Amino acid sequence: MDIRLKIWRQKNATAKGKFETYALKDVSPEMSFLEMLDYLNTQLIQSGQEPVTFEHDCREGICGSCGLFINGRPHGPRQNTTTCELHMRDFKDGETIVVEPWRARAFPVIKDLSVDRTAFDLIMHAGGFVSINTGSAPEANNIPVNKIVSDKAFDAAVCIGCGACVAACTNSSAMLFVSAKVAQFAMMPQGKVEAAQRVQNMVKKMDELNFGFCSNTYGCEFDCPKGISVDNIAKMNREFFSAKVCNQRKD
Amino acid sequence: MQKLDSKIPGGPLADKWSNYKNSLRLVNPANKKKLDIIVVGTGLAGASAASSLGELGYNVKVFCFQDSPRRAHSVAAQGGINAAKNYKNDGDSVHRLFYDMIKGGDYRAREANVYRAAEVSNLVIDHYVALGVPFARDYGGGLDTRSFGGVQVSRTYYAKGQTGQQCLLGAYSSLNRQIANGTVKMFSRRDMLDLVVVDGKARGIITRHLLTGELERHPAHAVVLATGGYGTVFYLSTLALGSNASAAWNAHRRGALFANPSFIQIHPTSVPVLNDYQCKLTLMSESLRNDGRVWVPKEQGDKRHPNQIAEAERDYYLERRYPAFGNLVPRDVASRAAKERCDAGYGVGDTGLAVYLDFSEAIGKQGQKAIEGKYGNLFEMYEKITGINPYTEPMRIYPASHYTMGGLWVDYNLMTTIPGLFSIGESNFSDQGANRLGASSLMQCSGDGYFILPYTISDYLADEIRTPRISSDIKAFKEAEDEVRARINRLMNVGGKQTATSFHKRLGKILWDYCGMVRNEGGLKKGMEMIDQLEEEFWKEVAVPGTDQEYNQELEKALRIADFFEVGRLMCQDALDRNESCGAHFREEYQTEQGEAKRNDKDYTYVAAWEYAGPAQKATLHKEELTFEFVELKERSYK
Repeated sequence: MDIRLKIWRQKNATAKGKFETYALKDVSPEMSFLEMLDYLNTQLIQSGQEPVTFEHDCREGICGSCGLFINGRPHGPRQNTTTCELHMRDFKDGETIVVEPWRARAFPVIKDLSVDRTAFDLIMHAGGFVSINTGSAPEANNIPVNKIVSDKAFDAAVCIGCGACVAACTNSSAMLFVSAKVAQFAMMPQGKVEAAQRVQNMVKKMDELNFGFCSNTYGCEFDCPKGISVDNIAKMNREFFSAKVCNQRKD
Repeated sequence: MQKLDSKIPGGPLADKWSNYKNSLRLVNPANKKKLDIIVVGTGLAGASAASSLGELGYNVKVFCFQDSPRRAHSVAAQGGINAAKNYKNDGDSVHRLFYDMIKGGDYRAREANVYRAAEVSNLVIDHYVALGVPFARDYGGGLDTRSFGGVQVSRTYYAKGQTGQQCLLGAYSSLNRQIANGTVKMFSRRDMLDLVVVDGKARGIITRHLLTGELERHPAHAVVLATGGYGTVFYLSTLALGSNASAAWNAHRRGALFANPSFIQIHPTSVPVLNDYQCKLTLMSESLRNDGRVWVPKEQGDKRHPNQIAEAERDYYLERRYPAFGNLVPRDVASRAAKERCDAGYGVGDTGLAVYLDFSEAIGKQGQKAIEGKYGNLFEMYEKITGINPYTEPMRIYPASHYTMGGLWVDYNLMTTIPGLFSIGESNFSDQGANRLGASSLMQCSGDGYFILPYTISDYLADEIRTPRISSDIKAFKEAEDEVRARINRLMNVGGKQTATSFHKRLGKILWDYCGMVRNEGGLKKGMEMIDQLEEEFWKEVAVPGTDQEYNQELEKALRIADFFEVGRLMCQDALDRNESCGAHFREEYQTEQGEAKRNDKDYTYVAAWEYAGPAQKATLHKEELTFEFVELKERSYK
């Protein structure tokens, strides 16, 4: 198949970016989306041009490195699918495909399609953990966890930190990302001890880092490649207000 | 060169580690603050080591090439993590886990190291549970387990098909806590390009900041490499595309011996190669063999749709050849059996390089919902890649490069032959022998980082409390930085036309053909010659666009591939030296009449540790003889 690509090119963080158009011939429908970009880059390098910079690593949908805004949607047209799992059979022959980086104030563009998602790590530093030192854990089965609760916590814990939720949100809010971690720990007995401080510290950090307020559009859930539910946001709001009411603020 | 001293403590097997721990020297809390430790890599081994050392009060600097430590490739491990807790009451024990690993590794690992890994496995599970890792549970609220290949007990703890992700996020969370506490400083988007050795001791590293291209000097009292394996040397592998050998290889160039480089696990159940553009093979977890049955048609070249091939016309070759273990034979055995069938013309799919992994019987017996609960995400992944629904049609699978048992040589303290340089997790060679059993990688990485290294490194650092902070202005740092700069400049100035990836692909093909699942003397010699030629061509023809003072992904690749030529050559040299078949190392010349691996315990019960002799020079072999005091060496049979 032949396709036309409109790709965001930006030399570095301070340069002004713009779309470049590339006509790409003989694309196989069996190629993954990123293999198609590899194919483009090979041609660019061979003709002495700069290849397109994009983030990727595991190429099996679990590391969360890749994240392209494809035809107006984070990770492209397929539900529950990361960019690297997308295949060209999901596109039509002759189609024009628009590829952009995530657009969010908290995720500045580094180069071309690559953005800086350090803000996510900073939120985790603020409280995305259970404070237990190596060596002090009790025997594993001394902490029984109800199977249904544990399965729900797992569903929240599968977040890959790709940032699609932020890119999907009209306000560039990180509520789904933060709530997935808050909810996972709030549900499990291991996380309950610090639950009140955790939610307050993580929300405070999120607000400091230029993420917007929840837009209530559920765009985050719709575009999350791991199917994380907005129920977690409701859970986080509840945790947050009950922490406020109980006045358990650490600082 | 010094004689290899593995420093295995004496005494009964079960008491070695606890007695030894009691003899290790400690560093008092006030002195810990004055000691700097570098940890390279943030997978299970690196993140667990860095967080534990931070908790103890050392100053830790941790490095990764990804944008966040959470993306290290441990994240992709699927099936599970072993522990000898015997929750199933099925006869498991530390000793049995130890024995399974020693036997699974085909008697080419150290008894004491393996026993210790089994011993700390229970602590690892306790710790992950306490960190809030949502492992699978049964209705009573206790932890659930499943079976894995090569064993007859159920000791594998799991979180659906994402156990690696959940454990890594657990380790990442403890790392984050220490970063917030200020004991650990995180440096992401850095490639370690050299090790700095001062007066014979590891004293720091040279890194390249991947966004700015700046070369940085990082001094420390000790350096810990937790940089994973070198399986991407095959180009097509189940690893992340960024996984590489360069950190370990630079340590090797600086004097650290590299052990058993040819012991590479080819995992039996990967999605097969589908087309020429493919740059990655996706693993389908070994746990699938709990419920999936492997088969090929009984008729050669039978191209019918699998659902049209009647039960009587199918050859369940693993069940036929290995009735005792059936579909759950260890990985090396399953991989070779698949290759044997495909080479004999029974393979399926367009390429004939695939076999079926069939769930119809399990779905019929347990219902689709139960299968979905256990393997849902794996089935989804398979469908996304191939466009085939594995609930209605058997999966097609084929072996792929996956895990490297070989790695930097370390003693019982996990220290390499360079004092002050430690190597943990997959980057060392120590626990998996010639073949790794499923679910023991997460176990070993975490055990090394959480429960072993923090003890052994303190014994080394006890001698360093009088060493002031290392300065990065000294000559050794400047020289190392200059050498790295020269290497980069050389690459930038080649000015060729071919992409770095095209060379990687060709190198991978050479190694797959001549140093893959099956090897022979002629092939290995030919492979080495071909690598020499390819390397020469690389340095004349490779294209590295852009400059070195910016985010340059092509330069990153070229630097890594330049090292892979040497890695590949050493793999061949090692495979050629080992005139026997053991575990994943299968030399055609040495097999039984039934086509099974034939070990030569008389001549090859040793660890082959190689010393770097310079570019394009043959490495020098050092042998560490393995002694088996507690198990009897037997033919490894799964029949």
